[in-house]
Amino acid sequence: MLNTEKEIIEICQAENKTIADLVMEEEIAAARGKKTEETIRKYLKETLNVMENSARANLNRVTDSKFSMIDGFAKAANEASQREGGDEPMAGSFIMKAMAMAFSTSEVNCAMGKIVAAPTAGSSGILPAAIMAAKDKYRLDEKTLEDGLLTAIAIGKIIAKYSTFAGAEGGCQAECGSAAAMAAAAITAMRGGSASEALTAASISFVNVMGLVCDPIAGLVQYPCTFRNASGVVNAITSADLAMAGVKSIVPLDEVVQAMKEVGDALEPEFRETGLGGLAGTATGNRIRKEFLGE
Amino acid sequence: MELSAFEILGPIMVGPSSSHTAGACRIAKVAKSIAKENFTRVEFQLHGSFAYTYKGHGTDRALLGGILGFATDDSRIQDAFKLADEDGLHYEFTKIDLGDKFHPNTVKIIFYYGDGSKEYVIGSSIGGGTMVIVNINGMDVRFRGIHPTLLLQYQEQKGVVAYVAGILSGNGYNIESINTVKDPLSDIVTLTIEVGNSISDYVKGAIMGAQMFVTAKYVEI
Repeated sequence: MLNTEKEIIEICQAENKTIADLVMEEEIAAARGKKTEETIRKYLKETLNVMENSARANLNRVTDSKFSMIDGFAKAANEASQREGGDEPMAGSFIMKAMAMAFSTSEVNCAMGKIVAAPTAGSSGILPAAIMAAKDKYRLDEKTLEDGLLTAIAIGKIIAKYSTFAGAEGGCQAECGSAAAMAAAAITAMRGGSASEALTAASISFVNVMGLVCDPIAGLVQYPCTFRNASGVVNAITSADLAMAGVKSIVPLDEVVQAMKEVGDALEPEFRETGLGGLAGTATGNRIRKEFLGE
Repeated sequence: MELSAFEILGPIMVGPSSSHTAGACRIAKVAKSIAKENFTRVEFQLHGSFAYTYKGHGTDRALLGGILGFATDDSRIQDAFKLADEDGLHYEFTKIDLGDKFHPNTVKIIFYYGDGSKEYVIGSSIGGGTMVIVNINGMDVRFRGIHPTLLLQYQEQKGVVAYVAGILSGNGYNIESINTVKDPLSDIVTLTIEVGNSISDYVKGAIMGAQMFVTAKYVEI
């Protein structure tokens, strides 16, 4: 059912439904009696709970990982977000806090703490930060957040249909790009945007990071991953704002995702989560890799 | 690929990598349910990105955790080495190149038994914690371990798929997917059937007890 942007918009308009409604109906139908709206919402609540914990866990705490590549970023960004007047961050307290929350989940993930793969663990900071930032700013209720997750799932289904979430296959664009696209659609829907605006927001997020490689130092999900989670939530927020301002993406989401797949397939293995190319292949990256592998 | 809502948003897991940690844990957990019990040693042969980055992603601990039966969000994965040692389970991690045919995140898990025999399962972690089992002891298969699955092998002959499907539908089971692969040299057909619900012992017996099957396994996580 959810194959193209055009189909989704047509169904939503014809039946006066949201994308979240379509996902809920499809999920119940596909499970043939094994899932109800109640059980699905129960899972979504649990998901939100894990997300909220990971997004806020390190706002006032510094983790201690072996190479100290990403420790303390969440706390630093959170403190900066509270400065006022001439010291207020140029992007504003709101964006700074959103990035702090993305860092927080990345730090939890790095320490083998509990997170929700959304859609992957490497990109798990983006969706929680976007949803909690929207929750804090607009004082949204639980049902709205759940419907935001369902909207994110719709975008994820389109990505899974035409492409991949695996950095090892498609590079970081497939991980943090997908997470940002899902988050952009989620926050658009949570703010009352239309199906068309949600899909546009997702498209813009992908357009912004098309070609982004996956080049983690020593293969560890730390650097540059944490920065791409922070920039990913900013990507999601600004893409949603643009879509809700009436900006359009002339290429529809299903085609954008196919382009992302084509670009991912063209990436050399060094740039697909092998920990060999890009930032991982720098002098610093190689030094840490050797130390880590004990070579 | 068509994925369910909870495959896209989820799993809830311990970090740091959905494909290298959660997916790896799931492959091992399913592999364990496929292999005969009472193995004394497990070898994990890592292919592609798994081979390059397994230490950084805790892939080794997650694989071992899966063998110990842990779910993806079980924090005991962090202590898998210690817990395996306590269980007296021997394990080793080696690197292998299985060729381009296999997904970059692939592991071949070999189970060794006291009598000198061994079995193996090859699985690929295809992103976001989703995995697919692609080979069992040399037979090509393709199933994700999310539905109860029948794995059957037989010498090429007519009517086998209809026979199995007939028993399943006659007893009210819904078939989620059905797949056959024929080995051109031996004429052995591998039939993989995923069903919607757990199969009762009675129905399992009726299907798996049939004389035509040279291999019959039932996998349910």
